[in-house]
Amino acid sequence: MLDRNGIAQRIAQELQDGWYVNLGIGIPTLVANYIPKGISVEFQSENGLLGMGPFPFDGEEDADLINAGKQTVTMLPGGSIFDSSLSFAMIRGKHVQLTVLGAMEVADNGDIANWKIPGKMVKGMGGAMDLVASADNIIVAMAHTNKRGQSKLLRQCTLPLTGVKCVKKVVTNMAVMDITPDGFKLLERAPGVSVEDIKNATEGRLVVEGEIPEMQL
Amino acid sequence: MNSILRSGNDELLSYLWYSTLNLNKRMNKVVKDAKEAIEGITSGMTLMVGGFGLCGIPENCISALVDLGANNLTCISNNAGVDDFGLGLLLQQKQIKKMISSYVGENDEFERQMLSGELEVDLIPQGSLAERCRAGGAGIPAFFTPAGYGTEVAFGKEVRYFDGKPHILESALHADFALVKAWKGDRFGNLIFKGTARNFNPVMAMAGKITVVEVEHLVEPDELDPNTIHLPGVFVQRIFEGKNYEKRIEQRTVRPVE
Repeated sequence: MLDRNGIAQRIAQELQDGWYVNLGIGIPTLVANYIPKGISVEFQSENGLLGMGPFPFDGEEDADLINAGKQTVTMLPGGSIFDSSLSFAMIRGKHVQLTVLGAMEVADNGDIANWKIPGKMVKGMGGAMDLVASADNIIVAMAHTNKRGQSKLLRQCTLPLTGVKCVKKVVTNMAVMDITPDGFKLLERAPGVSVEDIKNATEGRLVVEGEIPEMQL
Repeated sequence: MNSILRSGNDELLSYLWYSTLNLNKRMNKVVKDAKEAIEGITSGMTLMVGGFGLCGIPENCISALVDLGANNLTCISNNAGVDDFGLGLLLQQKQIKKMISSYVGENDEFERQMLSGELEVDLIPQGSLAERCRAGGAGIPAFFTPAGYGTEVAFGKEVRYFDGKPHILESALHADFALVKAWKGDRFGNLIFKGTARNFNPVMAMAGKITVVEVEHLVEPDELDPNTIHLPGVFVQRIFEGKNYEKRIEQRTVRPVE
C-alpha cells in the first residue's frame, strides 16, 4: 500500500512537459515534490498565481503570497499574479491542462463528491466545481477506503456531488484506475496489494483485464 | 485633443482643459479614515468584502464595521475569516444575516451558525463567484457556466447546452458597498495590488455601488505609472490609507533548510 507521498509520486508520473497544472489541497499538493526529471510544468493556484514555487524558508514567509490552501508559498522566475476572475478564466477556458484533487467519493461513471456531508460538515466547494466542470484531464488522489474501511469508489455517490462524469483517473493507496464506460478499469496495483484486495475494497464496477502490473515508483 | 479644442465653443473648452492640467483642481476621493469611509452603511445592506482567506482583506474597514454595529448584513466574500479575525469578527457580533461564499472551511463559528440555521449561507463555486462580481461591475446581467451543473448549485437555474455541453445560468452580483484592500493607490482611486492579496479585490471593486478602498500606501497621482495600474480609479468612490495592518497568516508553511 502507498502512503500519501507514494500516491503523489505515482500521479507525478502523469505530468507532461509544458503542462500547466492545478493541484488541490492535501495529497495533490505533494505532487509538486515528485516532478520527473526532464519535465517542466508550471503550477497554477486558483487564488491567482502561476509559477508557484516551493514553501518559503523560515523567516521568508510573505502574508501577501499564499496558495489556494492558504499556505505561504514562493514564486518562481517567470511567474505571474492575477485576480480571481482571470484565474478561473484560465481554468474554464481550458488553458490549464491537468487538475489533481482529493475526494470523499468517486463513482464509476466519473461523478465526484468532495465538499459537503449534509448536517455534519460543510466546508464549501471552493474552486473544485469550476475545476472539475472544465478541465479535460482530472485525476483524483485519495485513499481507497474511508476511516471505517468502506469503499470510496462507488457505483453511485451518496454525498452531494461536486461534478458529474468528469473524473478521468483515480490514484489511491491501492491502485491506479481509469474511468471507462464500463466502470473503474484497473491499470496498476500498489506494491504488496493483490487484485483480490482491490476488488474487495471497490464497491463500484471494477474492470480487470489480463495481468495487472505493479506500480513502478 | 487639438481638434476637440478647435471645435464648438473654443473658449469654454480650452478653459476646461486648462483647469484639468492643474492637478489640484482634479478629483479627490480621499477620506480621513475607515470610519468616514464606511459612512452610509446601514443594517440590512449587502456588502462585498475582498480577500482570499485572510490574504488581502480590508482589515481597517472590518474593524470600523464592528464599531459601527450595523447588523442584518449580507456579506459577499470568498471566505468568512477565522474565528477571531477578518469577517469572523462580524460573525461573533452576529452582525451578518447571510453569507455568500465559496469556502468556509477553517471557521468553527461560521460552521456552527450555519448548521444551527442562525446564519443563511449561499455557497457558490469560486469561479462563478468571481465572475458574478465581475459581471455585476461590467454590466453583464447573467452568463452561462459549466461549473455546478448536475449539483445542488444548479437547482432552479436555467440549463442550456453549448457545443453539446450543459451550462447553468448564473446572475451578476451587486453590492451597496464594496470594501476592498489594495497595496498602493492615489486620490483618483487608481490601484495596484500586491501578490495574491489581489484575488477578489479588483472584481468586487467593480461591482460596488460605493466602492471603498483601503491602501497600505496612499501616494501622489504622478507616482503611479499608468501602465502598471491594476484597477483604474473609475470604479472607486472613496480611498484612505489604512493603519496597523496585522496581515495574519492562516497556514504558515516553511521548508527546511537543506
